[in-house]
Parts: sequence; C-alpha cells; structure tokens
Amino acid sequence: MPALAIETSGLRKVYGRKLALADLSLEVRAGEAFGLLGPNGAGKSTCLKLLLGLARPTAGHGRLLGRPLGDIPTRRRVGFLPEHFHFQDWLSGPEVLRLHGRLFGLAPDLLRRRVPELLERVGLGAQGAKPLREYSKGMQQRLGLAQALVNQPELIFLDEPTSGLDPLGRLLVREVIQEQRQRGAAVFLNSHLLGEVEVSCDRVAFVKDGCLLETRDLRAAAAPSLRLRLRARGVPADFWRRALPRGRADQLPGDAWALELAAEDAIPELLRALLAAGAQVYELTPLSLSLEEIFLRVIGRDGGDA
Amino acid sequence: MGAILAIAFTTVREAVRRKLVLLAALVGAAFLLLYGLAFHLAVGNPRSIVNAASRALERQGEALFLLLGLYAANMLVATLAILASIDTLSGDIASGAMQTLLSKPLARWQLLLGKWLGFAALLTLLQAALLGGAMAIAYGFTGYLAPHRAAGLALLWLEMLLLLTVTLLWGTRLSTLANGVLSLGLFGLAFLGGWIEQIGALTHHPGAVRVGIVASLIMPSEALWRRAAFEMQPQLLSALAIGPFAGASVPSPLMVAYAVAYTALAFILAVRLFHTRDL
Repeated sequence: MPALAIETSGLRKVYGRKLALADLSLEVRAGEAFGLLGPNGAGKSTCLKLLLGLARPTAGHGRLLGRPLGDIPTRRRVGFLPEHFHFQDWLSGPEVLRLHGRLFGLAPDLLRRRVPELLERVGLGAQGAKPLREYSKGMQQRLGLAQALVNQPELIFLDEPTSGLDPLGRLLVREVIQEQRQRGAAVFLNSHLLGEVEVSCDRVAFVKDGCLLETRDLRAAAAPSLRLRLRARGVPADFWRRALPRGRADQLPGDAWALELAAEDAIPELLRALLAAGAQVYELTPLSLSLEEIFLRVIGRDGGDA
Repeated sequence: MGAILAIAFTTVREAVRRKLVLLAALVGAAFLLLYGLAFHLAVGNPRSIVNAASRALERQGEALFLLLGLYAANMLVATLAILASIDTLSGDIASGAMQTLLSKPLARWQLLLGKWLGFAALLTLLQAALLGGAMAIAYGFTGYLAPHRAAGLALLWLEMLLLLTVTLLWGTRLSTLANGVLSLGLFGLAFLGGWIEQIGALTHHPGAVRVGIVASLIMPSEALWRRAAFEMQPQLLSALAIGPFAGASVPSPLMVAYAVAYTALAFILAVRLFHTRDL
C-alpha cells in the first residue's frame, strides 16, 4: 500500500467562466483521517469530484492510492458518500447495497452476508427493507453511508456525512469513521461542521475561494500557546501592548478578550497587572484553541460569501 | 461484463417498478384489441367471392389493412423508445444517483451500454408483441401473411434502436426537457420529410423528393419504416405505387446502410460526449 492515500498537485477546475478550484495541492497519508473545511462554495465538492474522476481537472494532476486520478480499477478500493444524492427510490435498501456491491465486483455470496451486516451497522436493520421512497432523509443518509462501505474500501470519501442526521446519527457517523480507521482505511471528510471534523480528523485543510489556505495538524501536542477568555471592564487602551509584548489579545464582543499567553506561569502576573491598571475582572477562563477559532482566523469572518 | 449486466438489469427493473412495463402492456393490449375489432369489421367478413380477380383485390385490401396496423404499432414503439429513455441519463445525473454509480469501478461506456441493453431488451419485447400481434390478427381473420416479414421486422427493429440510441446520445449532455424537444423534434422532422418525399414523388416534384431525402439523412427513422413497409407489401401494391405507406419513393438499401452507420456513430458519439461530461 502506498504511503499516500491521496496526493494532488496544482488541481484547478474552471466551469465555463466560473473558477471552482484555483490551485489545490494536498497530501493525505494512508490510514489518516483528513478533513477539508471551508465555507459553502469554497470548492470542497469540486475537489471531491476531481479526486473521484467525476469531473476532469482543467489543470494539475493527482494520484489516488498511488494511481492517477480517473483510474477505474482503483475505484474498487474507494468508497464515496456524496453530499446530495438520491438513490433510485424504486429500490429497497438491500437492493441498493447489492447493486453497488455488484458494481464493485463483489461475489453474491459475500454480499448476502455483508448487506444485512451493513444495514444493521448503520441502524437500518429490518426497516431498511422498505422501498427507498418510504425512507426518511436520515435513513437515506444512513444507507448512503452503508453504500460507501460495502467494498471495505482503503479510502473513504464522505461529503457532509451528517447532513440530515439527528444527534444519534451523527454519533453513528463518528463511530463508523473510528471503526474504518481502525481497519486501516483513510478517511477524507468534507464538512462545514467544525465539531465533526475536530472529533474525527487527524489533519485538516482550510479552503476558501478555491484555494488551500492552510493545513493544520489537530493531533499535534496541544496548541503551542495557552488560550484564555477574559471578561473585564476598565482595561486601559494601551494595556495589552505593555502587558503582553509576546502574547496576543483579540477583543471580543461584550467587554471580552481572547488572550494567548506563552505559558501558564504568566496568568497570575497578568491578573496582578490588570488589577494594578484599575481593571475590574469578571471572568478569566482557560480555553483550548477550538477548531472554530482556527477556522474563523484562517477563513476570516466574512466566510465565503465575500 | 458483470457491471454492464447489473446496469441493464437495473434498467429493466426500474421500468417494471415504475410501472412503465405495465402501462405499455395495457396500451399495447388496448391497441391490439381495437385493431382486431376493426379488422374483424372491415375485412374479416369476406364478401362472397365471385372470381379470382375480385379475390386479388380483396387481398390488397387486407394487405393495406395490415400495413396500417404495423404503421400504428411502429409509431407507438418509436414514441415509447424515445419517451422511455429520455430521462434515464439526465434524471440520474440530476438526482445524484449517477455520481454514486460512476464512483464505482464502472467505465462510463459500460453504464451507457448497460442502459442501452436494458431498454433495447424491453422495447424489443414490446415491438415483438405489437407487430407480431398485428400480424397474427391479420392472419387469424384472413389467412394473409405479409411477404419478407423477417426483413421488414428487422428494419423496424433497427428504427427502434436508432431512436433509442439518438435519445441516449442527447441525454448525455441535455436536460430531460431539452432532450425531449430535440429527440421528438427530429422524429417529427423525419416523419414530415418522409411524407414530403412520398407526395413529391406521386406528384412528380423532384425538388420535394430531395427535401425528403435530406430529412432522412438528418434522421433516417421514417426511411426505415418506408423501406420495411415496401418489403412487407404485396407486389401488386408496389407495382401500382399508390400505397399510402410506401408507394412512390422507396428508400434504397444504401439508406438502410446509412441508418445502420448512423446508429453506430450515434452510440460512439454518445460514449465520447458522456466520457468528457463533468458530473
């Protein structure tokens, strides 16, 4: 198995006169869970389509499991849950899975065993036997997830996998991702739900306006600096420049600040300085740097609609 | 091959589950019933036959009546070939089912061929039932059998495949509605062209005949019907060149060869257009 599940270089996609993806170069390691984050319209789904060979890049190239993009035999080892999909609603759940299993070239015997197991795993069980036109949105999504696993892929693409799912369903997605990783599969997760990515992924890439802005390791030993939330009144205007020459303070709404300090030792000293400067402190809470903050910092508050 | 058959099988299953097959069977049964009744009333009760000459004329009437039945049955099959397949690519693309299917180890030409095979199988059954039914009714009432049945039916089968292939071709790029306008429009153009050619030949207007031939080159479906009707009508009707279906101007074997090449090229073009389509 190659060390890289996905590698792309300079992928670009232009639809007519619309630039969907400007220049995407990324690497996803084998067995890794990788998240692609970005506002709506950032190019996440286009990226998936290019990786899966559903659309052709205008420029650039890439490899999936060591083979060039669009290679058909490679798809035997890949699973895909699209964002917007609608299976043939005149089929039942088991029929959908058997059809997709057959397209993967799986033997009927194997499918007879695997299909009920998968339906059970995604919580459809016996009610999965209904025709799809009687499925709820959540049931469709669960079936889509099962469909993406039917060939026990080495690489799984999940595009907004929790859309339409209730909290239990979201938990299921999280567990399934964990199981697949334990099996050794790499997971490529497209999402705008930060919590989902934070829980499931090892690394995350931020895209905006079709460009890759930053890739960040979420599993690296805790963030290099300490994050705090401060709520106080009467902080002098130039206080932070004097008190935190090496740290960072961002004003939040409601007399609050997000602070970044070099180390924990700096907290008592900072508090003393605040009080000495005449500030009234109401709250000082340590925070871990949440993905949401990283997201906002990297993408900017204007999101993708700018 | 397994993947192609899986798609073909799914195509057939879709037609069954969405009641396409049931409705086509009902319409077909109604058609045959009506046709049988008409046949019975019109030519099924032979008047007293006084001599061989009047018997021969009688026979021409039966032959014409059979051609009318085949004409209507063929029209029904041709329309259904277009309607059944019009939404199959654009619909699956719009619903997102296509994206899931094509992320499987399945080349796009395999998907196209699978759908083509599925529809071709269904339409062949329908065509066999309708055309065979019409012939059986004619035979049952009068004992009349059309000449060159195999050649005639093969030509009509080719017409059905041609229309199916062309509809799939446009479906690789167009929306369902746009495909409907184009495919039915071309079919109507061929139909009109065929009649222009016929009437042009009857009234000795070579210009009109040429217009008809150009229409057949754009879409050879109607030309195939007229060649088939020519094959399956009795010699006397042909010699008189007055039949409403294939009398005056008969498409040449070259036109048949053209239609075969047209169908093959339409499929190849469909594969190419579908291959480069972004989903």
